[in-house]
Amino acid sequence: METIKLTIDNKEIEVPKGTTIYKAAKELGIDIPTLCYMDLHDLNIENKPGGCRICVAEVQGKKNLAPTCSTNCEQGMVVKTHTTRVMNARRTVMEFILSDHPKDCLICAKSGNCDLQDMSHRLGIREIPGAEFAEMSTYRKDTSPSIIRELDKCIMCRRCETMCNDVQTVGALSAVNRGFMSTVAPAFEQNLEYSTCTYCGQCVAVCPTGALTEVNHIPQVLRALADPTKTVVVQTAPAVRAALGEEFGLAPGTLVTGKMTAALRALGFDYVFDTDFAADLTIMEEGTELLDRLSRHLKGDKTAKIPILTSCCPGWVNFFEHYFPDLKDVPSTAKSPQQMFGAIAKSYFAEKIGINRKDMVVVSIMPCLAKKYECQRDEFSVDGNPDVDYSISTRELASFIKQANIDIKTLHDEEFDAPLGESTGAAVIFGATGGVIEAACRTAYELYTGKKLERLEFTELRGMEGVRSAIIDFDGLPLNIGIAHGLGNARKLLDDVRSGKSLFHAIEVMACPGGCIGGGGQPLHHGNSEIIKARATAIYTEDRKKPIRKSHENPFIIKLYNEYLGKPGSEKSHHLLHTHYFDKQKKVIIKK
Amino acid sequence: MSHIKIELRKEDVDFIKGVCDSFNKDPQELINVLHACQEHFGYLPAEVQEVVSEHLEVPVAKIYGVVTFYSFFTMTPKGKNPISICLGTACYVRGAEKVLDEFKKELGIQVGQTTKDNKFSLSSLRCVGACGLAPVVLVGDKTYGRVAPDDVKNILKEYE
Repeated sequence: METIKLTIDNKEIEVPKGTTIYKAAKELGIDIPTLCYMDLHDLNIENKPGGCRICVAEVQGKKNLAPTCSTNCEQGMVVKTHTTRVMNARRTVMEFILSDHPKDCLICAKSGNCDLQDMSHRLGIREIPGAEFAEMSTYRKDTSPSIIRELDKCIMCRRCETMCNDVQTVGALSAVNRGFMSTVAPAFEQNLEYSTCTYCGQCVAVCPTGALTEVNHIPQVLRALADPTKTVVVQTAPAVRAALGEEFGLAPGTLVTGKMTAALRALGFDYVFDTDFAADLTIMEEGTELLDRLSRHLKGDKTAKIPILTSCCPGWVNFFEHYFPDLKDVPSTAKSPQQMFGAIAKSYFAEKIGINRKDMVVVSIMPCLAKKYECQRDEFSVDGNPDVDYSISTRELASFIKQANIDIKTLHDEEFDAPLGESTGAAVIFGATGGVIEAACRTAYELYTGKKLERLEFTELRGMEGVRSAIIDFDGLPLNIGIAHGLGNARKLLDDVRSGKSLFHAIEVMACPGGCIGGGGQPLHHGNSEIIKARATAIYTEDRKKPIRKSHENPFIIKLYNEYLGKPGSEKSHHLLHTHYFDKQKKVIIKK
Repeated sequence: MSHIKIELRKEDVDFIKGVCDSFNKDPQELINVLHACQEHFGYLPAEVQEVVSEHLEVPVAKIYGVVTFYSFFTMTPKGKNPISICLGTACYVRGAEKVLDEFKKELGIQVGQTTKDNKFSLSSLRCVGACGLAPVVLVGDKTYGRVAPDDVKNILKEYE
């Protein structure tokens, strides 16, 4: 490999050809400040439009300062990263960026978690010359079911555009207009709701300012908790327990299951349940559907669609409704765990405790912003009463706990309530990519072969590769499994399914890189994949700690079927636990 | 944000498809495809952009981004008499902006817009190579030189 020698701040370094000055400096331990730059190392994607000009440095012999994030090292280069000229330029650039940025930091949703605020502090900005004359943007605020766009706060870093187009291949957002009018928007500057947005929330997860944030549902939850006529039930998704601690200064990968349960009880929820219970239920329904389709397919039934695709992830469901509506009968009809939980809570459980479903409020804590949209879908309500009333993100829960001055670190671990709080190890791993299909294999294997599974951990299904595949031996039947996380990767597998090239029997898809642990509602990880890996490790640790690790052995699931549903795939199960999908493709009207 | 909802005819869609095919459906050729479409339709309504998006496999948001970035592209149909006011340096220093303001006032539209009766549309450009006549106004193919704000009413009258 060709290498290049250069000097940065009087230190010599040799780097491979093609390395940027920014990365070379980083290897020397020099942390050049950046604003628009984003490095998604594991995805091999970098956002470096060189637009903000904060990362400039002086290169000897060059007239202009160079943006280090997008300037490659050259042989014998002499770079200075903190000369007076550089520092003055950075400050001036920052002052310009701030001049037309709203100054409502005190009440901004991103305050304390804002890259722009941090950079202003780091560069020691104490005044913004001419701010009183600056023309302020007055772009309209756009509120969708999941995401709020406040483009006055956009600094055109274009990270969201990279996530939406390069990582997720959704293409809902693009830079539009020019000059002072330029902003990031959906086609024709429509509201997000009318675009192809899947609400995966990856744009929100990388936004350096308060331009993209989640819809805040804490006030509604607070109101429900204060209403004595309401029984408020909460469910928490598997990925939340592996990340919530980060918001309270704990190391990534710290499991806070017991403390989270205690905090929710302290907040006043009447029943603290676990979405994991519904994840076990999902496995029963989806696993049964898989085996049914598979056996019909093996008998030569052409109506049995293979592969079966998982349907737990609402971002993914939105994606295929928009882009692959011709394949809408391929995914499993099983509802997501969040919606299965809501349906069972407001039927079985409401009957059990003798209350009307209208007097019950179901709140979900999710690592996800698409869940907010999912619970508002018309098909998930009965007579206008939604199965899940409000979905709040991991970040919102952290804020809620802080608002209620609960010190989560000193709380003693508590258990979930019965009966909808009991779950198995198979349910916990739903939070990481590959987890749903592994959980399905644990159950489907035993139901299909009638034999006891010797090896519970299908490590061949785990990992962080964007597209993975493995063959699982179902006692002589080789089951071909595909896994994709990140919608761009899902698209690759879907294209094969559409063209008939796919050889998979079952495919798991998660919209967010890493699965739910990397969800759009999780504590911000700024593209650092080490944090996601630590969360995955936590998830698999929780699985190993569980006494029961196969969904069909969950005693409360067995009881639910005996008392209420009959068996998986029964008429009642279908009514409560299954759904159907819609064609949401944008169509151009054509006059004949 | 608002755009005129149009219905494309089958031959329109076939035309757009043909343009995309002639560029081997290469997404890199987006700007050339848009040029050809605008030449044919006179403007680039949302529906045309959507068909281009489908055939080049480029997100429609990206296409809208390109259309709104380059001032040559327009999403509003031009009026029967397109008016262009030169804002190049020579015209500008000799008062072209005041002439432009007068046109805006008389027609009740902004630059890039078309009057409700589709008679006039207003645009600005940079230098037509007739600096000696500054400030210069073009209406269709006709050139008017040394235009003062007071002349605007009379110019418009010619097209009543």
